[in-house]
Amino acid sequence: MSLPFHLQVEKRLEDPPRWLPVATSVGAIVLAFLISGIILLLIGGDPVKTFQYFYNAAFGSWGALSDVIVKATPLLLIGLGCGIAFRMKLWNIGAEGQFFIGAFCASLVPLVPLMNMETTPRAVVLLVMALFGMIGGALYGFIPGFLKAKFNVSEIISTLMLNYVAVYWNNYWIYSTFSDAGFQMTKMFPKSAWLPRLADLAQQNRAFSGITLHLGVVFGLVAAVILTHIINHSRWGYEITLIGDNPKAAEYAGIDIKRNIILVFMLSGALAGLAGMSEVSGVVHRLQERISTNYGFSGVIVAWLAKLNPLATILVSFLFGALIVAGREIQPSGLYFLIQGTILFLVISSDVLLRYRIRFVRTSSEAA
Amino acid sequence: MNLEIILRSGLSTGTILIFAAIGEILTELSGIQNLGVEGMMLVGAMAAFKTSLATGNPWIGLLVGVAAGGLLSLAHAVVTIHFQADQVVSGLSLTFLGTGLALVLGEGLTGQNAPLIPNFTIPLLSQIPWVGRVFFSDLNLLVYIGYLFIPIAWWYIYKTRPGLHLRAVGEKPAAADSLGVSVYGTRYLYTFIGGCLAGLAGSSISIAISPGWYSSQTTSGQGWIAVALVIFAQWNPLRAALGGYLFGMLRRFMLDLQGPMILFGAPNPFFYNHNLAFFLQMAPFLLTIIALVLGSASSRRQRIGAPAALGVPYVRGERD
Repeated sequence: MSLPFHLQVEKRLEDPPRWLPVATSVGAIVLAFLISGIILLLIGGDPVKTFQYFYNAAFGSWGALSDVIVKATPLLLIGLGCGIAFRMKLWNIGAEGQFFIGAFCASLVPLVPLMNMETTPRAVVLLVMALFGMIGGALYGFIPGFLKAKFNVSEIISTLMLNYVAVYWNNYWIYSTFSDAGFQMTKMFPKSAWLPRLADLAQQNRAFSGITLHLGVVFGLVAAVILTHIINHSRWGYEITLIGDNPKAAEYAGIDIKRNIILVFMLSGALAGLAGMSEVSGVVHRLQERISTNYGFSGVIVAWLAKLNPLATILVSFLFGALIVAGREIQPSGLYFLIQGTILFLVISSDVLLRYRIRFVRTSSEAA
Repeated sequence: MNLEIILRSGLSTGTILIFAAIGEILTELSGIQNLGVEGMMLVGAMAAFKTSLATGNPWIGLLVGVAAGGLLSLAHAVVTIHFQADQVVSGLSLTFLGTGLALVLGEGLTGQNAPLIPNFTIPLLSQIPWVGRVFFSDLNLLVYIGYLFIPIAWWYIYKTRPGLHLRAVGEKPAAADSLGVSVYGTRYLYTFIGGCLAGLAGSSISIAISPGWYSSQTTSGQGWIAVALVIFAQWNPLRAALGGYLFGMLRRFMLDLQGPMILFGAPNPFFYNHNLAFFLQMAPFLLTIIALVLGSASSRRQRIGAPAALGVPYVRGERD
């Protein structure tokens, strides 16, 4: 059999066009939904109905949209943190643990309590909680960073192990010291430890009643802008990118790699810790066992899908927020993971298109 | 607390880790790092349980579980070998994909009772005093298969020609290629074998050693511990076996610590305050980290460790 043309794969010598990475990411998402639909069909589900339900659950009303942004908030912060670490080829898979420790440290403020919750202005309480969350996450990120810099311990394994440790640590406190009457949760925080919500403005504007959107999303947006600045316009950002791209060159240039490993891990952890604070203070208003819908791992995918670009992370975390909101309403429950995994797989496979080009070459008559 | 019980429990649960870890050792020796062990184990566990339930034959279940792990690993192989994608990210997405597939296809399996691979007492060997009672009687058949598998894996890697080729591809793929060893072929093969062994590890949970389907709790992070074990073992199956059995015993020991009222002649704090058990549950994960710190220190001293080309894609004719 002979075709009039054949496919030829060759390495791109120049940079790929700017639209291509966007196109491959979008294509990967569309394809992931198609594949998940086919799997649904194979196990006897109705993909069209499911995805319609998906859409309505996520975008059907203002309330649903606000839910999506609320779910997107921790993903955004964690995705930003993972993104900056991945830039340096530091595989921080421990955002889940840093998130839990951040939530724990922030919760100490109202639970111990560390300040008078009646008289201290709400803004001060919230600021201290945010600081505690970030410090907690940063310290928990310090551990794998230090072990990597000092003993060359694989950060993938150490962060994963620390995830389990953080969950048990939290459980100890919510089952014992801070348990609310023996339940597996702490008592509700006083109002001064709640991040303001749009629903608080319902008296001025009826449209806001019941809208749970809280201030945490602003943390995420501000962090995205600051990180963009650090990456594009600061010496530190340049060092991080250089270490990631070419550690040898960075070393010759006199950049302290070990110091940067620890610092970037702490920054990454601080962002995850802030996400933890935002979740306990803005959503659940107490510390409990189930405060994370696998945010730590979804954050990894969010960061990668956004090509480690902080501004793109905003968009991608929104999409994944929608996936979570819709995913908790549909059966089977694993569909959410399936779509996530498929998206990520397709995105990394499609990266080959950025490095190689595929050409149709007319087969010459003598070769045929 | 009883030493024999701890030992026997370690042999059983350690077997699971050892299958997965040796599979990952084979994959990594070829230069491919597959962090998707947890996902492949979960898919293997689900497939084995579901098939055993449907056919009534646990051996067919085992076969399907092994094949399912292997099939899933091929996704990683294609993406990392042909598309030269980042192996860390691909491995992670394999875990998500595997978890998703296992949960979707495993709907409604929780609480069912599938036919299991039986326990077995080896004649003659079980007659040896103490040793026979502990190591060779009333353990799952897969535990004995593990006993045989460990030395065979070691012999294959270090003493046979295909084993030499495997190590060559992981150390210096260009040199292996110039001697006529297919780098891509070798990497595909051992990624697949690693996936099959992860599937076997998953199956040995769900239809043999701690039977049942408990969605993602079925593996509960053991795939990740197996990956850690590979580093601790410095890519040596014998060390992996030692580590796996020790880890299994340790887990059982932690569990048993909560039982008695008097511990080492003093009132047992874990008995009187059940919440302290959370710290016991933390211990295996902390110990894994400590083992890694010790392991990486000693491997640097002896200048042995990871295959040189681990994680590096191979493109013929390209300099590294």
